[in-house]
Amino acid sequence: MTASQIRATILEVIGQILPDEDLSKLKGDVRIRDQVEMDSMDFLDIIMELRKRYGIEVPEEDYMKLATLDSAVAYLEPRMAHL
Amino acid sequence: MTDRQRIVITGIGLTAPNGNNLTEFRRNLVNGKSGVRKHNVRYLGDIIAGVCSHDPLKYQKKKELRRGTRAGSTSIYCCHEAVADAKLDLNSVDKSRIGIFVGITEHGNVDTEKQIYEISQFNYDTKFVSHHYNPRIVANNPAGEVTLNMGITGPHYTLGAACAGGNLGLIQGCQMLLLNQVDIALGGGVSETIHAFGAFASFRSEGALASHEDPEKACRPFDKDRNGVVVSEGGCIFVLERLEAALARSARMYGEVVGYAINSDALDFILPDSEGQAKCMTLALKNAGLSPDDISVISTHATGTPQGDPQECKAIRQVFGECRHTYINNTKCMIGHSMGAAAALELAGNLPSFEDHVVHPTINIDNLDPDCAFENLVINRSKKIDKVDYILKNAFGMLGINSTVIVKRFEG
Repeated sequence: MTASQIRATILEVIGQILPDEDLSKLKGDVRIRDQVEMDSMDFLDIIMELRKRYGIEVPEEDYMKLATLDSAVAYLEPRMAHL
Repeated sequence: MTDRQRIVITGIGLTAPNGNNLTEFRRNLVNGKSGVRKHNVRYLGDIIAGVCSHDPLKYQKKKELRRGTRAGSTSIYCCHEAVADAKLDLNSVDKSRIGIFVGITEHGNVDTEKQIYEISQFNYDTKFVSHHYNPRIVANNPAGEVTLNMGITGPHYTLGAACAGGNLGLIQGCQMLLLNQVDIALGGGVSETIHAFGAFASFRSEGALASHEDPEKACRPFDKDRNGVVVSEGGCIFVLERLEAALARSARMYGEVVGYAINSDALDFILPDSEGQAKCMTLALKNAGLSPDDISVISTHATGTPQGDPQECKAIRQVFGECRHTYINNTKCMIGHSMGAAAALELAGNLPSFEDHVVHPTINIDNLDPDCAFENLVINRSKKIDKVDYILKNAFGMLGINSTVIVKRFEG
């Protein structure tokens, strides 16, 4: 997957988890939780979706790396390059 | 008895397979209109069931719906509708003095089945069990979701009472008002049972699941050809208040809860017993200070099983004789068995009789079973009677739990 495909995938997953939110203006370099109503259970939904869809395990110590859209893409790019 | 010791019903919120509010539900009951249809269930295919069509997004965001349970969502819908119907402004009352008491037959099966199905897609690897699973399946979920949605901070819990749950939610609400633990009680029952395959499959294994080529004719209490239960979903919540408070705010009174009783057969896991049921009705009459002839309408529990219906009829005969002063009907024939919601829904559907004097019919009786025959059984067409003073609601469940609630026409 390319970086832009990964970004689109993350946005699609977040859209599924937060169906009431408008994600069209989500900024890539600002914490996602500061832009939309997302709590820790929602965040765990992202982790679960990555596990279910792509078999990707994100260890707890890396959770902070998914804080912004940009950092999430950077973190996932090498892990999803083969997909 | 002082006005602080008298409990009145001042609001009703409900969803049933044939109505999403009391007006619609009552109209369909009076007209004998069924809401039973085919419903697709995992592993079982098309099964006859009662399915509700209310819009859950009326009171919940999409995210809340996604996170919670069907039972929680149904409770939320019913509580909002009940509070609105009671014309209560939640912003002007102390929300720590509101209690939520929701009767359930069971809870957690729907999400347990979903989780097991989910992990089956991943070779049963348990790391795919959702972090949402525990808050969804805890027994207080159907009441607790209401507190989150409505910001109510008083007590909340469910009453697990098999198919007597709806009566128990109402009774618990009355008791918490009488104990002065709350000022407003939201009491009733809900069911999400149709969203799991287990109840259907188990009833089928018991030989107690209804079948018929026409789904609307499948649930037929008191008919010779009845062959089992139609499982339904639904919910009904009553706003209960002490009369003193209800009078102070000029609330509309649907009726006064004047008596109730709960007892146990202590005999069998499944089979009902007329002796225990008769004792329960007698206890409720005594609790209300009434004689059998005072009761205008008995809303029966009968579910349409070959063995269960005659037991209730025998119990009624034991207490009421031939019921010359009392009319009898059944609601499940039109909505199926809405399990934890059943008692509350069936009582609610009869309460308008206090004003219109119409007893809704028991449909699908083509060949009346002689063991279930009463002169005053209202069959297939509504019956207008002179007046309705007291309605008695029976609800019985597995493990031999019996419950009876008596509501009086409000007289001031």
